[in-house]
Amino acid sequence: MIVAELRQQFPVLGRTVKDKPLVYFDNAATSQKPQCVIDALTHYYSHYNANIHRGIHTLAEEATMAYEATRFAVQNFIGAASAEEVIFTRGTTEAINLVAYTWGRQHIAAGDEVIISGMEHHSNIVSWQIICEEKKAILKVIPVLDNGELDMDAFNRLLSDKVKLVAVVQVSNALGTVNPVKEIIKAAHLVGAKVLVDGAQSAVHLDIDVQDLDCDFFAFSGHKVYGPTGVGVLYGKRNLLEEMPVFQGGGEMIKEVTFEKTTYNDLPYKYEAGTPNIADTIALKAALDFIAGIGKDQIRKHEHELLGYATTQLQLIPGVKIIGEAKNKVSLVSFVVDGVHPQDIGVLLDNMGIAVRTGHHCTQPLMKRFGIPGTVRASFALYNQMEEIDTLIAGLRKTIKMLS
Amino acid sequence: MEVKTIQEIEADIIEDFALFDSWEDKYEYIIDLGKKLDVLEDEYKTEEHKIKGCQSTVWLAASYEDGKVIFKADSDAVIVKGLISMLIKVLSRHTPEEILAAQMNFIAEIGMMTHLAQTRSNGLLAMIKQMKNYALAYKMTQEIKK
Repeated sequence: MIVAELRQQFPVLGRTVKDKPLVYFDNAATSQKPQCVIDALTHYYSHYNANIHRGIHTLAEEATMAYEATRFAVQNFIGAASAEEVIFTRGTTEAINLVAYTWGRQHIAAGDEVIISGMEHHSNIVSWQIICEEKKAILKVIPVLDNGELDMDAFNRLLSDKVKLVAVVQVSNALGTVNPVKEIIKAAHLVGAKVLVDGAQSAVHLDIDVQDLDCDFFAFSGHKVYGPTGVGVLYGKRNLLEEMPVFQGGGEMIKEVTFEKTTYNDLPYKYEAGTPNIADTIALKAALDFIAGIGKDQIRKHEHELLGYATTQLQLIPGVKIIGEAKNKVSLVSFVVDGVHPQDIGVLLDNMGIAVRTGHHCTQPLMKRFGIPGTVRASFALYNQMEEIDTLIAGLRKTIKMLS
Repeated sequence: MEVKTIQEIEADIIEDFALFDSWEDKYEYIIDLGKKLDVLEDEYKTEEHKIKGCQSTVWLAASYEDGKVIFKADSDAVIVKGLISMLIKVLSRHTPEEILAAQMNFIAEIGMMTHLAQTRSNGLLAMIKQMKNYALAYKMTQEIKK
């Protein structure tokens, strides 16, 4: 895996920002796209754009086959038992909402408990708050330790037969922590609870095997795995998906419609109402193929080096405190600087062409837990280089000087 | 003492900024303004005076003397403080009508538009809105008294 060569495939990386070369360190927010993904999109619209699943003409067939090919690619990507357990959504947030409003409504009753963690993204908090309020169920939170790991002892103490669902993030977008989800799933199942895993950050870094994890639901977003925006995946165990009520009503998700009664379609179409995001779903396969072509383990090795280097360099700067020091992390690092607001750092770094994310990262409860308004987050992808980290470090030192 | 109009003050600021060659100079100036901003008394750092942006917090207080609105403000982010300092320089000690009519063009002219555009990211736009709200409120109380 030669990074310099791979970078050539990402057109955005060649641009300048405020006359400086772009240093893109906001990959946890969204990844840049390789030319093959961009080409897949334009190729679809230029050559075989048609509505899928319905038409009998050639273009419709070609489009349908390309769309369903992505479904098989995703099945492979996450190790699902069948492609019918792969449902396309708009993203992770929609996937979680889908489960909350269908499975959640069906299975959560008054007095039941839902467990989430203190490091969840708002998408994996708010949906459950809504359902718990509606059903008069109780939301419980696994505490986060000072090093950014989950307090597993506390988690085990929270488990009881009242718990219907554990919804937990596999990798924290704010801290980079990799959570022991397999362990969590095992423990939750012992008390009869189901588990939803938020894979938004993990899907791009870790090898995902939903059968090995034995999770009941898994969600991730296309745009974070070098794919386009607007497409995401909800994986669910077949037996659960089959007995869940429908989500959105409309075409595609039906078998037969009369004004007296309507019957619903089989999986996965039951949950794919209306014309889907055909183009972006097709282009997602190009992204997954791209990753497979390089090898996730190769990517991980490189990312790990970047993380190690960045962490070491950051720790050398006086006043910098790293937030999230779990033993097991993906390639992102959040930090704060004594007496300096993260937003000020972000603004000045931007003037140097460096893109980082500042703020609460949609994890306000987590920031509150650490007593900070937000952090500066640098997140690395396969195309980032050591030299870019040097640029960040030099830029950060200059920034701190200007702000002191 | 000659009192400058809002437009005149804005013109002065635009002129000052035209002298800067580099972004470093520009931001050093803004940061310096931010550091020099009068300290806002703790009594005003309350929920009531808070204007929340996604990232930085702004506290704004206003008072009304001799037909002029006087603003005091603070923020936890120093660049925002610098921008606030300029907003106060431009809008404070003017009549409600003058404040309501102010277009705030200088912000775009000095290249700080992104700070306004990121309305979720910082409280700056919300602050300008709130300053105008205060002006409107004082204007209404003026009219009621008549």
